[in-house]
Amino acid sequence: MTAVSVPPTSPVIQPGPPLWLLLELTYRCPLHCAFCYNPTDFARSGPELGTEDWLRVLTEARALGSVQLGLSGGEPLSRDDLEPIVAEAHRLGFYTNLITSGVGLSETRIRALKDAGLDHIQLSFQDSTRQMNDFLSSTRTFDLKSKVAALIKGHDYPMVLNVVLHRLNIDHVEEILQMAERMGADYVELANTQFYGWAWHNRRQLMPSRAQVERAEEVTRRFRERQHRPMRIFFVVPDYFEKRPKACMNGLGSIFLTVTPDGTALPCHAARMLPGLTFPNVKASSIEHIWYQSSGFTHFRGDAWMKEPCRSCPEKTRDFGGCRCQAYLLTGDAANADPVCDLSPHHHVVVDAALAVDPEKPMVFRSRANSSSLF
Amino acid sequence: MQWEAAQNAYVLLFPEGMIKLNGSAGEIMKRCTGESSVAEITADLERTFGTSGLSADVIAFMEMAYAKQWLSVAP
Repeated sequence: MTAVSVPPTSPVIQPGPPLWLLLELTYRCPLHCAFCYNPTDFARSGPELGTEDWLRVLTEARALGSVQLGLSGGEPLSRDDLEPIVAEAHRLGFYTNLITSGVGLSETRIRALKDAGLDHIQLSFQDSTRQMNDFLSSTRTFDLKSKVAALIKGHDYPMVLNVVLHRLNIDHVEEILQMAERMGADYVELANTQFYGWAWHNRRQLMPSRAQVERAEEVTRRFRERQHRPMRIFFVVPDYFEKRPKACMNGLGSIFLTVTPDGTALPCHAARMLPGLTFPNVKASSIEHIWYQSSGFTHFRGDAWMKEPCRSCPEKTRDFGGCRCQAYLLTGDAANADPVCDLSPHHHVVVDAALAVDPEKPMVFRSRANSSSLF
Repeated sequence: MQWEAAQNAYVLLFPEGMIKLNGSAGEIMKRCTGESSVAEITADLERTFGTSGLSADVIAFMEMAYAKQWLSVAP
């Protein structure tokens, strides 16, 4: 007698539903994190969808079988219609996750969100120290975030603490885990930086050394062995130091659908960069059409698009060739194997990038001004 | 836990994840309401499916589900 874990591990022939729906409600954000995955040119994005559009997306996606809902951004609390969006999602039967910096999560709003049926809150921290948290986000938010963590647990939400790791904070993993334990986190995500968006632009400044990565893994392993209370720790692997790629999105178009603030539907957060694909807008196309018909979702579904070495690789059903965006960014062709894989003829690009560190280079922070002027 | 018509299965939902239960797991889990004992749940399953001797399977599943925190023990 076994329970089947989703995502599936067998190749997807007939696509299942978009189980995971992520709504990026806004690009507005009080933080300016240097590793943000949002596109660097977000300032050129069209106007945000209105409440009615978001509610229609929820209804259509739920009818197709979506169940997990992420509400993200930017900072989703920047929208004053977050509560009615949560309420409708809850009514439709979604499990609702708020993914937030914590800025704007007042006692009043957390109570209203609870009443609306919000199930869970993921709170970001940039570091265990005020100094580094505030530097990396280019704000003074450490004390505020600490208060918000207490507020979340005070209202009895399951809490995930998410900390993006990189050269400047990865040596604090032990302190970060202790902080999470102290705050009563149910889950901690130690998310090694994925190099897209602003992080791609700042990768020479953010790239850790192999020694740092190995130390962090060791500290995490030891912490798991002697932790005092049940807190699940996810260690998101730093791909540039791996020999096999991540099973990105479980294969594009297999379970994940995200809608950007202006209504563009994407099969992953970063996919807008992929050339030659159509990514429809939810204002003009139904979620059903987008998921089953649009090239942005069908092109990289399954394995017909694969080239060697992926095409004949027995591991293709496990990692789906890795990340299409990473293949495109690092090799210039989105249909190549993710060069994280050491079977890729381009693997040396990743090896070189992991060594191409320049801590002296000034960090470019995510801001509307930088987005407008630099990208 | 909720029934998902699109997947024809019960699913468990938790922060940023989900488990799709197979038929047997769903039948056990939906009876775990906090009001019935393990023996009563087993008897109900045996009656519903016209069989017997399910006890070991039910207990094995519940131990696994408890370890994974899908179930907790009612006071």
